[in-house]
Amino acid sequence: MIAYALVIVLLGIGLYSIIAKKNLIKIIIGICLIEYAVNLFIAMVGYRLGGLPPIITKVGEQTKFVDPLPQALVLTAIVIGLATTALMVAIAVRIYARYKTFDITEIKRLRG
Amino acid sequence: MNLIPLFVAIPLGASFLTAMLFKLHRRVADALANIAVFSILSLSIYMIPQLAQHGPFVYEVGGWKPPFGINLVLDGLSLFMLITVSLISFMVSFYSISYMEHYTDKPRFYALFLLMIVGMNGVILTGDFFNLFVFMEIAAISSYALVAFGTWHEELEASFKYMVMGCIASSLILFGIILLYSRVSSLNMADIAMQIKNAGPSVQWIVKFVSVLFIFGFGLKAALVPFHAWLPDAHPSAPAPISAMLSGLLIKALGIYTLIRIFYSVIGASVQIVWVLLVLGALSMTVGAILAIGQSDFKRMLAYSSISQIGYIILGVASGTPIGILGGLFHLFNHATFKGLLFLNSGSVEMQTGTRDLNKMGGLSKVMPVTSGTTLVGSLAISGIPPFNGFWSKLFIIIGLVRGDHVWLAVLAIVIAVVTLAYYLKIQRLAFLGELKKGFEKVKDSPGAMCFSMIALALICLGIGIFYPWFKSVILNPAVEVIRQGTNYATMILRR
Repeated sequence: MIAYALVIVLLGIGLYSIIAKKNLIKIIIGICLIEYAVNLFIAMVGYRLGGLPPIITKVGEQTKFVDPLPQALVLTAIVIGLATTALMVAIAVRIYARYKTFDITEIKRLRG
Repeated sequence: MNLIPLFVAIPLGASFLTAMLFKLHRRVADALANIAVFSILSLSIYMIPQLAQHGPFVYEVGGWKPPFGINLVLDGLSLFMLITVSLISFMVSFYSISYMEHYTDKPRFYALFLLMIVGMNGVILTGDFFNLFVFMEIAAISSYALVAFGTWHEELEASFKYMVMGCIASSLILFGIILLYSRVSSLNMADIAMQIKNAGPSVQWIVKFVSVLFIFGFGLKAALVPFHAWLPDAHPSAPAPISAMLSGLLIKALGIYTLIRIFYSVIGASVQIVWVLLVLGALSMTVGAILAIGQSDFKRMLAYSSISQIGYIILGVASGTPIGILGGLFHLFNHATFKGLLFLNSGSVEMQTGTRDLNKMGGLSKVMPVTSGTTLVGSLAISGIPPFNGFWSKLFIIIGLVRGDHVWLAVLAIVIAVVTLAYYLKIQRLAFLGELKKGFEKVKDSPGAMCFSMIALALICLGIGIFYPWFKSVILNPAVEVIRQGTNYATMILRR
């Protein structure tokens, strides 16, 4: 139970970083934190008390495994998070080349 | 039906081939991309009589039966969205042949464009929640890259803002999907629908929380107010064909279609959800229209108008009467055509005059006859003037709201329709009518490929408006039928 509450705390830290920080890179780190929190939650959903890793060693043996499906989902989600982070950092690099700053209070050409 | 995965496979293959083979000849990328999108268009038109004869198709990926495998479902609503996506994509892709000449790296533009089409087709066809998430991310990441394509100041800033908000929404959608999985142990939409129908209070409680997460996540993708803040920056800053794709297709396929599919076919539309959708729709309609009046940037005004028209679509679909749902879906198709047309026009004006500021333009109808004529058609269609298609869809939405006992919302819809006419007349007056401004004598009209797309879309606006009974019976009625069936979607898939 504590573990699930800590995942929500991690989500909250990531969200705080996106909302309250002025540096572009810190905002990107905040988004990565939110993605880590969601991936951690997915992996935890699959846990069963006293479960073994879901690998069949002897055919026909009945043992209690943890749920393997969320583990597959987490792998996909990590790859998607990687693509998103890579694109965000690339755009941040280009923003620095154009605006000469990472400070979001100075990157404000679009208003209204 | 083995043709269903082709909707995803053809643009995917074409995208990778374009990225690999573009060095062979200058025009390889154009040809490959346009042939791919045209084949998708013909395939979707071919499926119309097939669907009418055989009923909905289900394709099990890898042969795994539901609920263990991923299945792709082609029913009336999916086919309607596929036709919308392929038609507008073909027009935009043809337009980009000339428009993207003055950007560098056109082949990679087409590769990303085809990936966005893959994502949208995947979202429309899928019957599995995690598959929905993966395809949604494919489309969304491609769109973030395409918004930043010109890498000028505003494009990068707008893309970053769009990306941050889009990533938060996607993470919350994934959180919701996994919360639902933790209770029902299934990712298949049909299986979850069956389990929710026969469920106890613990599942019902999780479903309510997950509904809120989905409304936030998909509402942000659909740019409903108050989740709309990314749209007025992202849509104007993108290159014009991408603005047309984003406003015309992406917010509908990723936002509205998924909201309809989840809340009507899977979770079941309860009274509270319908009220939330009505409130969000009315809010979007009003806020979008009021903020659009004061804009002086052509594309920013069109972006705020998109927010307003999405409000109309949500109001129509959530009105609860068959004619309202018909109006909502019809307005979805119509908005894709006329907003696509208007954004392509704005691109044409921007390419020829070099500016998007309405106060600096004037009298362009004398030098750009095709662009000004098609903008007039688009503006009249979106304001709901007969005999264009916008008139019928707005009429059905208003009648549907009145019949569903939401008379005040119907009055609001009529008032906002008048406001819509007002700001589109402002575009006409400032940009096209009046005196030709001093620097613009040498302006000519756009090259042939761009004119072809604009004229074709304008003819579609007029044609669908005049021949709407045919369109309604052949394409719209199966889609409305799917929404009215509601959670019977599940029995249709699991019975096979």
